[in-house]
Amino acid sequence: MATTSAQAATPSRRLSDRLRSSFVPFAFMTPAAILVILFFFLPVLIILGISLTNMSTATGFQNWRWIGWQNFQKIIAHPDTRIVLWATIQYVALTLAFFNIGMALVIALLSTHVPRRAGFFFRALWLLPRITPSVVYVMMWRYIAAAGPYGILNQHILGPLGLPNQNLVPTYPWLFVILVNGFIGASFGMIIFSSAIESIPKDYMMAALVDGCTIWQRIRYVILPMLRWPLMFVTAYQTLSLLTSFEQILLLTDGSFGTEVWALWSYHRALSNYWGNFQWGFGSALAAVLVVIGIIMAVIYMRYFRFGQLLQEPKIEML
Amino acid sequence: MTIRQRISEAIPLILLTILTLPVVLGFVWLVISTFSRRTYGLLPVDTKGNFGGLTLENWKFLVTDKDIWPVTLNTFILAVGLAVGVVLISAMAGYALSRIRFPGRQGFLAMTLILHAFPSVTLLISIYFVLRWISAVPLLGKGLPFIGGFGYNTLGGVILVSVALQLPLGVWLMKGFFDMVSWDMERAALIDGCSRFRAWWQVVLPQIRPGIAALSIFSFISGWGSFLIPYTYMTAQTKSVIAAYLNKLMGETVPMNYSAIAAVGLFQMIPVLIFFIFTQEYLLSIYAGGTKGGQ
Repeated sequence: MATTSAQAATPSRRLSDRLRSSFVPFAFMTPAAILVILFFFLPVLIILGISLTNMSTATGFQNWRWIGWQNFQKIIAHPDTRIVLWATIQYVALTLAFFNIGMALVIALLSTHVPRRAGFFFRALWLLPRITPSVVYVMMWRYIAAAGPYGILNQHILGPLGLPNQNLVPTYPWLFVILVNGFIGASFGMIIFSSAIESIPKDYMMAALVDGCTIWQRIRYVILPMLRWPLMFVTAYQTLSLLTSFEQILLLTDGSFGTEVWALWSYHRALSNYWGNFQWGFGSALAAVLVVIGIIMAVIYMRYFRFGQLLQEPKIEML
Repeated sequence: MTIRQRISEAIPLILLTILTLPVVLGFVWLVISTFSRRTYGLLPVDTKGNFGGLTLENWKFLVTDKDIWPVTLNTFILAVGLAVGVVLISAMAGYALSRIRFPGRQGFLAMTLILHAFPSVTLLISIYFVLRWISAVPLLGKGLPFIGGFGYNTLGGVILVSVALQLPLGVWLMKGFFDMVSWDMERAALIDGCSRFRAWWQVVLPQIRPGIAALSIFSFISGWGSFLIPYTYMTAQTKSVIAAYLNKLMGETVPMNYSAIAAVGLFQMIPVLIFFIFTQEYLLSIYAGGTKGGQ
């Protein structure tokens, strides 16, 4: 490093110092850089490349050939495309509206209007679905929805009301797909919204009460306007996450009962299907659509949410 | 305090309780059913359907199931490997990004942010190809003890992919923690002739212990519960991790007999519950740092 003694030293010493100072950051960055190249950069190129081939189990890894945009033409012409696209839009919009934003906001507002410790307790409980292993979590929901006398809803609520006894997942597949994902998704917005609410200056809140406004007016005219920025952030961020997430759907319905969303369709075609014919080319084309959307949206977020400001120069470098 | 005031204070609590109920019900069922022959809703019953039937039978799998301990060990190696890998590599990169000026620094930081927002799950197909290539590398591919190697269908490969996908978050968090550490001690160490590596390891790292703990817990929990990556890249579900194994059991069991496998689920929940009970404030703050994937 450029210590005072080094600056006074001979030219050769300075050279070795300079070499070392470029070696040091290089050494610190290498492991991360290798992994990012191997598992982000390379895969993006590979997926775009394979999407232009007819690679599948039938062709193997040797006999495939380039077929240009045929996979994408096939997507456009495919009879399932409209169904899957509509299912995806429905899934993202409803989960986002009711849970990732709606429920998140409700829980954040409620938990900041009760005693501090109680609010913390409830927020912690809402974190549980997110940290529970997904397989265990989906098992719980399957049991909640199972047919009576085993299922919780049928046995304790629907049965006593005289409603028909049935397994609720095949009957209302979307309801449960949204519930299962929503109870996980709500905690992200909840945490961000509640810390935003808690950071609103107390004067504002007091002034509103002194002026005699009701709790609803305070939420509508004081809190919500202050939450505009976090609301936009969570909406943007969670739209992208929901668009590409499929783990819980895979576990709950595996895409049956019309719940196949775009990301799951791609996964099924390329990596896990019942016929044993992995269509890497077609599956990659489906995924490539999401990859391109993902890259564009990620870049927009970075610009739009002024992430750039976070990239300032290190303040402390030289001695 | 008037009754009216009391009621208006109780309303948010009541609403919160009702909304949170579904979260809690699943866990209540899980615990009850692991100690029951069967359950009707939330009630434990015996095989004839009469109330009762409490038993420890469901936990017998810990002794009789020959697959459970190998998959548990695998899950543990995955979770620890993920935590150690993410923390170590992120702490190195985060330190350089926070402290050292070098060409490409801005670019790498911007890229970290973009990757953090980028949905990595869309890359599963091509990562499959990367892993197959690594498999072809002698020794490293599939010839290592314990983790099998770093290629396709090895535990090491699953760890490597999981670490890589977690890196953008880890690097970003670590950089933030390093930014908050004062420069004075480090400068003193460097002036005294300490190398940059030693300064990092002995002077700066100890000062961000809370950050390291938070990222380790986060990574351990996500590794311990992870399903999709092991499920996709390890072919034999009985030699994989608990999550994949439990998924296989669920496929073979009708909901009527879920009590038998609920115990496996609760068994997988144990470390998560321990972290949940003792480190709630860590968890709430680190999940605010921006999780992704899943939702």
